[in-house]
Amino acid sequence: MSAQQSPAEPAVIGVPADAADAAAEPVSLSVDGLPSTGTPRQTPPPALAGNTRGEGPSGAPVVIRATGVGKKFVSYHRRATSLKELFVRRGQASGDDFWALRDIDVEIGRGQTVGLAGANGSGKSTLLKVLAGILRPTNGEVSVTGRIASLLELGAGFNGELSGRDNVYLNASLLGLSRREIDRMFDSIVDFAELPHKIDNEVKHYSSGQYVRLGFAVAVHVDPDVLLVDEVLAVGDEAFQKKCLAKIDEFRAEGRTILFVTHSLDLIEGMCDRILVLESGSLIFDGAPGIGTRLLRQRLGSLPTNGPVPHEYASVRPISVVFAPDPGRPPQVQFDPGEKLTLSITLDVAEDAPDRLYLHVYVLGQDDLPIWLMETPSGGVPGTPGTLTVDFTVPKLPELFGAFATSVHVSDAATGDVITRRRFDDLFGISGSQPGGLLKVDYEARTRT
Amino acid sequence: MSNLIDERSAPAAQPDRQDPALRAPEPRTLERRSRAQTRVRWELLRNLIRKDLKVKYKGSTLGFAWSLANPLLLLAVYTLVFQVIMKSGVPRFGVYLMSGLLIWNAFSASVSAACGSVVFNANLVKKVRFPLPVLPLSAVGFALVHFVLQLFVLFVVVAALGYSFVGPGLFLLVPAFAVVMIFTVALSMLVSALNVRYRDTEHLLEVALLAWFWVNPIVYPVGLIRKVLHEWTWVYFLNPMATVTATFQRAIYKAPYVNPANGQTILADPGYLFYLEHLAIAGAISLALLWFGVHVFRRLQADFAEDL
Repeated sequence: MSAQQSPAEPAVIGVPADAADAAAEPVSLSVDGLPSTGTPRQTPPPALAGNTRGEGPSGAPVVIRATGVGKKFVSYHRRATSLKELFVRRGQASGDDFWALRDIDVEIGRGQTVGLAGANGSGKSTLLKVLAGILRPTNGEVSVTGRIASLLELGAGFNGELSGRDNVYLNASLLGLSRREIDRMFDSIVDFAELPHKIDNEVKHYSSGQYVRLGFAVAVHVDPDVLLVDEVLAVGDEAFQKKCLAKIDEFRAEGRTILFVTHSLDLIEGMCDRILVLESGSLIFDGAPGIGTRLLRQRLGSLPTNGPVPHEYASVRPISVVFAPDPGRPPQVQFDPGEKLTLSITLDVAEDAPDRLYLHVYVLGQDDLPIWLMETPSGGVPGTPGTLTVDFTVPKLPELFGAFATSVHVSDAATGDVITRRRFDDLFGISGSQPGGLLKVDYEARTRT
Repeated sequence: MSNLIDERSAPAAQPDRQDPALRAPEPRTLERRSRAQTRVRWELLRNLIRKDLKVKYKGSTLGFAWSLANPLLLLAVYTLVFQVIMKSGVPRFGVYLMSGLLIWNAFSASVSAACGSVVFNANLVKKVRFPLPVLPLSAVGFALVHFVLQLFVLFVVVAALGYSFVGPGLFLLVPAFAVVMIFTVALSMLVSALNVRYRDTEHLLEVALLAWFWVNPIVYPVGLIRKVLHEWTWVYFLNPMATVTATFQRAIYKAPYVNPANGQTILADPGYLFYLEHLAIAGAISLALLWFGVHVFRRLQADFAEDL
């Protein structure tokens, strides 16, 4: 069933150096191992992704499957680009290889509409090309079932010298249609492109808008099972864009599988069941569009922040909380009222974090009721990339009894925007006389008549 | 899940996009459809060849006539040079030459066009998933169309000049043509794939074809080679194109076997068996090369989009 099996064996013919390279490389350069701090884990926690991963809605079969896909672009300095070079000088030259994709695992079920987002150069188009079977993955495997229409560029393969009619036939034929199938769809293609009066003119005399319209019309009329779209909806006038989106909506309704790359996060929120976010070639998020776009907006920085993102993906990640009597002393879980408590919060600060951070630490009692709040001094603390530990010291614990958790809120000190929140499950106990985690207050009770 | 839906509510089961059953083609259908995008299909090949012809001869019926007249022109020029000026002594030299030259030209045009075919269509290769072997194959097909038409013109001219070409020898064209097709396709696949990564393949091929032309008995008679190589002539015929051109000459030029002027043999052999034997060897070599060419193409094609 696997339709397009990308050849996994390394190419050996004439390029032994190349193959040796590929073999020597680790399967993926784990992001965790890189010095850049703050890069979130590659695989999202199951809680976030579980609802949409794997099988499609109603257990639909998987149509697109990528397993451990990595793509390395070999620098041209590293290998012979001519026969002369191949025989005369065996590549000693140096150059940098570039991993455009690292260890991507994705399964997309039939009928899903998936948005692929990320900053420029994050590997979106490369991933799309790998899935489309145009690029071979360096590691891992890709399989796609059914007919793929890849709208990587509209009108790619049109020949300017030929008429629109000839180009429609040729293009559809390239995409795997038989003449009969094309005959049946031809009128519909021409109507969709709104070009009935020009279809017999040479394509080189088309305006760029007409050219693109015809390209889109062919691509969507080839009755694809899988539609891969690369940022092509940005072309054409507004009316045509609406038409394209309507067509994609129609495809969704028909239960076709759609994967599209776009920078328009609103579009993803509006159309997709699921979002994949790429960053420097790694899949950093796979799940609900709402969370994914918020995460991406924050990571891109240029877009307004719309509330906090899950702490795993934030630019400042609270990673641990430690309870001890004094900073740096061995941790302790049980405290007495009146004892000194130091709450040490360790943060992982990424490069793209704000300059100054502001922390709120809530100490939570029963039912997560906040008992007290501690904050960093006004102006916050410097957000230098790396790990950062902030100690909150309580000189004398109040008269309390119970187990307490903490919740840490990190915000940008300059704007006050909340970056992320994290509730830690680590508990510390105070063995006061007052039951139920309540504060002990001096009082007396008396009856009055 | 359809049995969960009440019969009466069936009309309500209209485009609910969460229902994958709505668009669940047979797995076999899916497989066929995705194969159509990765396997070479005759129809696609035909469309591509037709496109090339259309683009080349668009708006010039004269252009097409010219490319047919090309062999006639060559025939006139070579006859003048070799028979009148240089006095090579081969009777009906023009016909002798053309019977070998047409197939060589078809071969040479195929291979050089195929060599650049993938690089030339870089934009397509980088943006669309389609069976890549159609690129070199359509280049071969394009040359083949011309060859068939030119051969037809040659037959007409030979008949018009009053020579007879009809005879049992014409049947030799069938195996010879099969061998040359295999050989051409094999070499085309090989060089088109190599040229993507090693761009100087094209230039190297150009020079090689120029030299290769002269190790085939096209301009000179085979007897000349026999005189030099003696019992080593078989080495000369290891070149499949030499066997093929010699067979074409036996089939079309037919006679005389020996040049009455100087006693040198013109054809490789007066009989048929010699050709069949040598075609079998050439066929085996071609098949081996085809295996190798296809193998190399398969290995390299996955990186075409990256190398372009």
